[in-house]
Amino acid sequence: MLDVAGHVLSFSFYEGLVFGFVAIGVYLTFRVLGFPDLTVDGSFTLGAAVAAVLIANGVNPFLATLAALGVGLCAGLATSLLNTKLRIPALLAGILMMVGLYSINLRIMGGANVSLLREVTIFTLTSQFLGLETRIAYQLLVAGVLAIVVFLILNWFLRTEIGLAVRATGDNEQMVRGFGVNTDMTTILGVSISNGLVALGGAVVAQGQKFADVGMGMGMIVMGLASVIIGEALFRPKGVARLLLAALGGAFIYRLVISVALRLGMAPGDLKLITAILVIIALAVPYLQKRVQREWLPPAARW
Amino acid sequence: MSESRSLLKLKKITKIFSKGTIDEVRALDKINLDVDAEDYIAIIGSNGAGKTTLLNIIAGVFPPENGGKIIINGQEISGLSEYKRANYVGRVYQDPHIGTAAKMSIEENMAMALLRGQRRGLRVASNKQRRELFHAALSPLGLGLENRLGTLVGTLSGGQRQALALVMATLSKPAILLLDEHVATLDPRTAQIVLDLTEMLVEREKMTTIMVTHNMELALRHGNRLIMMHKGRIVVDMNQEQKADLAINDLVVAFERASGEEFVDDSVLLRPGNVVGISDL
Repeated sequence: MLDVAGHVLSFSFYEGLVFGFVAIGVYLTFRVLGFPDLTVDGSFTLGAAVAAVLIANGVNPFLATLAALGVGLCAGLATSLLNTKLRIPALLAGILMMVGLYSINLRIMGGANVSLLREVTIFTLTSQFLGLETRIAYQLLVAGVLAIVVFLILNWFLRTEIGLAVRATGDNEQMVRGFGVNTDMTTILGVSISNGLVALGGAVVAQGQKFADVGMGMGMIVMGLASVIIGEALFRPKGVARLLLAALGGAFIYRLVISVALRLGMAPGDLKLITAILVIIALAVPYLQKRVQREWLPPAARW
Repeated sequence: MSESRSLLKLKKITKIFSKGTIDEVRALDKINLDVDAEDYIAIIGSNGAGKTTLLNIIAGVFPPENGGKIIINGQEISGLSEYKRANYVGRVYQDPHIGTAAKMSIEENMAMALLRGQRRGLRVASNKQRRELFHAALSPLGLGLENRLGTLVGTLSGGQRQALALVMATLSKPAILLLDEHVATLDPRTAQIVLDLTEMLVEREKMTTIMVTHNMELALRHGNRLIMMHKGRIVVDMNQEQKADLAINDLVVAFERASGEEFVDDSVLLRPGNVVGISDL
């Protein structure tokens, strides 16, 4: 029994770390930039597809993972260019990219999925190198190191002069322009980095589960949002570092709840519905609370 | 007005909204304006006179119609986008929420303001040296903000935010400061504090300033030059001596003579705190 609990916990921790990249990406667009970016579903699979195909063709898995990150950046770049240069609303730009990426991902993989069963991944490479036998041990190690690196880089970046401008763009775009910031550039930068992280998550997840599948990104945006919302609710974070940790923590709690629910017999197919309901509740509660208190509230945003 | 002291020149600035429709509005009509260095101009006028449109044109929110020219320090800036013009123009808005970022700390807001006109890089935005600078810039407010650099701006009151917005707008010494009814939404006491602060900053930094206001008394008491706008034109332009001994009703008379219309907008006569009707004058 304890064994099972320990396994569920450590596995959720691993999943929290790898899906944490997605959560941090979603946090960057939705919360920091105020840019509801739906590219995520496509860029997650894109990262997985690029990494899987490169690895299957004998490329070093770390290089392949880095390439996935780069391609994710490009997907974010495309979405943000649609928005800033062609003035297509953020939500629609993301949907367009997501749909377009579905075809691109199929092309990259040359089919609906790519198996990595016999390939050298960042996980198998590390386990060979360090002589670690237990799968969960080296999975946790690799994902943990990657998460720490991403956390440190972002925690630094968001405090730099450019990072501050990116954050301020989501907070008060008019003010930032008034202080000489090209808000098109900061939006492009933020959305690109976000999708780079999401693709990185896709690449790592694909290597962990030893396959990439064209449908694996579906609902990723909702999962990311659920993680961010859970993180905010549980940790009430203030400041950049804690916000980033809250996204990671939220992803962990979310995966833990899902793992437990699956163990208790929830059908895997119901997972997305339950996630969606979770997010609906989390988004509706603050509004309903204010309604009960009879506070004035603006009508729902269209975009 | 010698040529060398001229800081900002507006030449034949026209702005038409909803062009070619039945809603067409000529918000600015061939405006010519020469602003000298260290001028402190108060612009007054009723709703729709074109005051805010004029500030928006200077700040680059939208371009003037073809043929209009905006020149700052001898450089034509008509074609520059808003964010590029920010190097020359600092602005405080009527709404305190516009001039500051709520979800960021006072320190981070100040760091944003400090880097106006500079290339932003990958250095961490605030350091000890900059914090000392922010401390020194905020101390004169007497609001204690200098000791709360880590506080989120969203938790400050409207007056505190407006005072902060003013300090931020002037922190990196832009060539010209635009004040867009910046005390209109504040309560009388806070409005006075922000106005005193404005006076002090403009004086100390020798800042060239254009202040738009609805309030005649305010326009008479502040600045060395008073401009009255009506239907997109400048109808009254007085220098220090001309406006020195004026009372509000003199302004009303001047307006009626210049515009050829009876003065009907008594919202212009509102003072913070008490209402003065035409009959009181």
